[in-house]
Amino acid sequence: MKTILAFIIGDPLADGAVPSTGVSARLTVFVAGAMAFLAVFALALSLTAGRLADSWADDLAQSATLRLPADLDQTNAALRAAVNVLQTTTGVASARVLDADEQRTLLAPWFGPDIPVESLPLPQLIEILPDDTGYDVAGLRARLQAEVPGAVLDDHGAWREPLLAAAQRLRLLGWSVLALIGAVMAAMITLAAYAALAANAQIIRVLRLVGARDDYIARAFVRRFTLRAGLGAAVGTGLALLVLQSMPVADVVSGTITHFGFIGLDWIWPLAIPVLSAIVAFAATRMAASRRLKDQT
Amino acid sequence: MIELDNVSYGYGRTALFSGLSLKLVPGSFHFLTGPSGAGKTTLLRLCYADLRANSGKVRLFGQDAGNLTRDEVAMVRRRIGVVHQDCQFLDHLSIAENIALPLTVADRIAEAQNNLAELLAWVSLGPQAGQRPPELSGGERQRAALARAVIMSPDVVIADEPTGNVDWEMSQRLLSLLIELNRMGKTILIATHDLAMIRSVKADVNARVLRLTGGQLMQAGADL
Repeated sequence: MKTILAFIIGDPLADGAVPSTGVSARLTVFVAGAMAFLAVFALALSLTAGRLADSWADDLAQSATLRLPADLDQTNAALRAAVNVLQTTTGVASARVLDADEQRTLLAPWFGPDIPVESLPLPQLIEILPDDTGYDVAGLRARLQAEVPGAVLDDHGAWREPLLAAAQRLRLLGWSVLALIGAVMAAMITLAAYAALAANAQIIRVLRLVGARDDYIARAFVRRFTLRAGLGAAVGTGLALLVLQSMPVADVVSGTITHFGFIGLDWIWPLAIPVLSAIVAFAATRMAASRRLKDQT
Repeated sequence: MIELDNVSYGYGRTALFSGLSLKLVPGSFHFLTGPSGAGKTTLLRLCYADLRANSGKVRLFGQDAGNLTRDEVAMVRRRIGVVHQDCQFLDHLSIAENIALPLTVADRIAEAQNNLAELLAWVSLGPQAGQRPPELSGGERQRAALARAVIMSPDVVIADEPTGNVDWEMSQRLLSLLIELNRMGKTILIATHDLAMIRSVKADVNARVLRLTGGQLMQAGADL
């Protein structure tokens, strides 16, 4: 911590040996700011996708639906038989018949709130919640087939898995974009550092003539570029967070889209972007300085 | 201290000198003369490891200069103060900061507070301490360069045409400073084409005068 603090404060006399003007200074701040701005959105995308995947995995894995077709003869008898089968199945915690209001709510996004569900030939739905041990899906299907012919057990697996895969790929895409942003920033800062080192070739020569070691010369450039990148990234991150905050909340009735952005402890992640940018700049400038000083002997 | 043994150096295919030998013992005073283009500056640069010999050995404080790492070269240069012909200042720094630069880069800046005022007074540049190098006259710049060369209390002081851009009076003043350093035990090597200046101080210092011409280094005659 003491070393980091000393690095940030620096030595004004040592820093003054290399003038801080030049296009590379502005370029570094701009690149770091722009990259941090993009990184915040990539991070938000990744975390949102992760949340979505977790949410789908949790919600859908914890329930199943038994559907009794509307034209099933003797529906009430079939309903009782189905509930009986479910209540006597090991691993089923509850089996709840959805009433007309709940069915109306489910259909409302497509048909509006005033749909007369009583007069429509709708299938009867039973929500099944498993206990901690879970139930044997294949066994339950076989029992239902025997005792309630025509009943369809939907454990959501058919559409849950592709959705989960899509959400996970989206999350992976977000992290890949973040890695790419880091690589682009490193490349740009390396170029800016090379430009600064080339522009200060005569100063480097004088410093060497009076006995400066490579480490000393590199330090002046590395410190400056690290602080510039950290500052630029802090500004870019701040602007991106303001934009994110001003975006409308995207929760919709269907519940398939979650809030895009950061929730709770997620806010720690964007705050790490300026620090990570500074670390990237430190490594990139140090490498550039080391190579350049080796060449300039 | 500084020893060149059978050294050759050339730029491209043109050999500037070959088979050249020179030994600077502690406390000695040498003038290096010769016509323009003879290689005086090149010879000096070999002496502070700014160039590497094409062949032969250059030994600096007992170390083979050809095998020195960049960090080792830096350490050697801290023991050799150099007054460059064009001073080699950093124009964005003040004269005081330029003079203190060798201490700054050696992370010994605390010592500068003690040495700087004394050195500025020694070269009579106290009032100019805060000025930038371009604001100074040629003589003032040369004196500042000399102050920078000695601030680390080096074993050897090398000066390349230190009086080249100054008037007679100023050149005498600079030389008297270098002679004073030699009396303090420093080894001095001065490259100059100004023979009149050498004659003027011969009585004051036990100097060896070397002449570099035609790629050969020889002792100058008594007729100098």
